[in-house]
Amino acid sequence: MAEITMIQAINEAMRQEMERDERVIVLGEDVGTNGGVFRATDGLLEQFGDQRVFDTPLAESGIIGTSIGLAVNGFRPIAEIQFLGFVYQAMDQLAAQAARIRFRSAGRFTCPIVVRSPYGGGVRTPELHSDALEALFTHSPGLKVVMPSNAYDAKGLLIAAIRDEDPVLFLEPMKLYRAFRMEVPEEPYEIPLGKARIVKEGEDVTIISWGATVPLVAKLAAEMKAQGVDAEVIDLRCLQPLDIDTIMQSVEKTGRVMIVHEAVKTNGFGAEIAALISERALFSLSAPIVRVTGYDTPYPVPSVEDDWLPNAARIVEGVQTLMRY
Amino acid sequence: MFDQNELQFEMVQLLDENGNGDEQELASFSDEFLVTLYRWMRKARVIDERLLKMQRQGRIGTYAPFSGQEAAQIGSVMALRKDDWIFPSYREIAACLVHGLPLAQIFQYVRGRVIGKRMPDDLNIFPIQIIIGAQTLHATGCAWATKLKGETQVSVCYFGDGATSEGDFHEALNFAAVYRVPVIFFCQNNHYAISVPVHKQTASRTIAQKALAYGMKGVLVDGNDALAVYKTMKQAVEAARNGEGPMLIEALTYRLGPHTTADDPTKYRNAEEVEQWKRKKDPLHRLRVLLEKRGLWTEAQEEAWVAQVNEEVTAAYEEATANETGSLVDIFDYVYGKPSKLLQEQQQEVARRKQRKEVK
Ligand SMILES: Cc1ncc(C[n+]2csc(CCOP(=O)(O)OP(=O)(O)O)c2C)c(N)n1
Repeated sequence: MAEITMIQAINEAMRQEMERDERVIVLGEDVGTNGGVFRATDGLLEQFGDQRVFDTPLAESGIIGTSIGLAVNGFRPIAEIQFLGFVYQAMDQLAAQAARIRFRSAGRFTCPIVVRSPYGGGVRTPELHSDALEALFTHSPGLKVVMPSNAYDAKGLLIAAIRDEDPVLFLEPMKLYRAFRMEVPEEPYEIPLGKARIVKEGEDVTIISWGATVPLVAKLAAEMKAQGVDAEVIDLRCLQPLDIDTIMQSVEKTGRVMIVHEAVKTNGFGAEIAALISERALFSLSAPIVRVTGYDTPYPVPSVEDDWLPNAARIVEGVQTLMRY
Repeated sequence: MFDQNELQFEMVQLLDENGNGDEQELASFSDEFLVTLYRWMRKARVIDERLLKMQRQGRIGTYAPFSGQEAAQIGSVMALRKDDWIFPSYREIAACLVHGLPLAQIFQYVRGRVIGKRMPDDLNIFPIQIIIGAQTLHATGCAWATKLKGETQVSVCYFGDGATSEGDFHEALNFAAVYRVPVIFFCQNNHYAISVPVHKQTASRTIAQKALAYGMKGVLVDGNDALAVYKTMKQAVEAARNGEGPMLIEALTYRLGPHTTADDPTKYRNAEEVEQWKRKKDPLHRLRVLLEKRGLWTEAQEEAWVAQVNEEVTAAYEEATANETGSLVDIFDYVYGKPSKLLQEQQQEVARRKQRKEVK
């Protein structure tokens, strides 16, 4: 097995699906000749030609809106939004149009598109390039929201997303694109959407995270073990559909819950998880649920972003708070 | 490219307000075609008036009447092939009917039934769009797919003058022209977007001329002249099918009634203006004059046809309401191909409530 980065895994997933199914096409800004600003689509234009890979006009609503028409008429478009902060330009087409085609047509039409977008902080981008906006889209019934945290998952989840009959928002933590390599099978494989991964088993506390923050949480959990706190770490991988069973099993075992995400705290997806746990397992809890998240401000300027993001100090402190109960 | 885009402020018209026109031009339409066209228009008017009445009686929900726009809608759809795609907004009931949507289904739609949203499987009609302008991009994408597959359907997108202010309209025209896809943007300029007159919507002299900026052809047509609309559309469809790319058609028309059953047009339109369009420019009137001149239509035929359509409407309404089923439980089936566990739980809750007869 080859050791590859997440961006290579994403590229490989698209390439293999385009080889397998000629209905799969790629469109977006700079995805063709340039191979994407992060090189996610590198080589696809050369291999598949300009009738499968499209450098579109610079228009996010146009990219997603035309993908809907392409999907309804037989294609399986993979649309790239260059940075997630630009998705506001296409809010209606993604959240109201793509998400609802099945519903608005009472099942006559489906919309098998994948909208890929890099997101996440810690990489010193200009304004509106780093925002974690996943919660907005978990509020749009009909959309699936997938957020891989490593190369292996990224490949399997992206292949599953491309094969899915429903629209999928596939959010790629840009900080992790080249952060580390891991062994990824060369052949195509699927990781079912809606199945969380237990990164590390543990008895004392459950830490739930997804996307960009998972590697940090995993690293800290390993360090905590040495200090006598045995944390169970869950990487949700998908927010919609949500693997509620894995969450509940872990919460019932540990009785302590911390949720870590990059997005702002208020109405972040962590709030939803906390509510679900309180509805289902309030009396299994020995401590209030702790959330370690971005603060309720716009994503800040580069000089302070490391302090704004959920970092090691804040995560460790959160676990200590939980363990005091 | 520029020569393709000669600014045309002149309006295509074959039939004037009194039913007169260039004889040679008019001779190209067969009697049978003219009668079919008129029958559809008359039928649509009856249906529209009945729907409006039914809304007032509380038998259907909010409704957006189209009377006055029959020529634009029917003239354009009649130029299409059965397998061409149409992308309607809420005002294109007549267009949908002519393209094959059963009347009973229209009743289900306006009565807010779950199944009313589902277009029959053999009809290429996109779900009725509520968000202004959003369908322009879907039509462009659909036409793009047609082109990539090497097929020959044309996609036709319907929208109003208000929609041309939305970003999606501009993105759609731009994509369509860049990729030269077989899509026709059909704007029914009925002079108002709810209460806002078209001169406050855009500073362009015409909407058709906006095509110029995108590198496509634009045509202004008298939208109350069914023959001019038909001819213009026929040309656009042929060009699109031949790979000549998209076209923007502006059909100048007028809605005689309110925007929807929820507004009062006397607040933003003066009676004189409405009278003008009603008396002088009614699209049904001028075609009927032509038919009468050709000896193709009489008062007796008119009465018989209206009576027949009225019966048809009553029957369709009865058909649509006889076995009205559809429950809150059903809507969960249309969110995802396979519902998530949390969604299933909610559906089960509703099913329990249904069993206890707390919900329909
Ligand atoms: C995005 C959006 N904004 C506003 C509305 C509310 N609205 C519904 S119809 C309408 C006017 C549309 O006018 P026009 O495009 O000219 O079409 P017409 O109704 O005249 O056929 C408005 C403002 C809407 N449905 N969608």
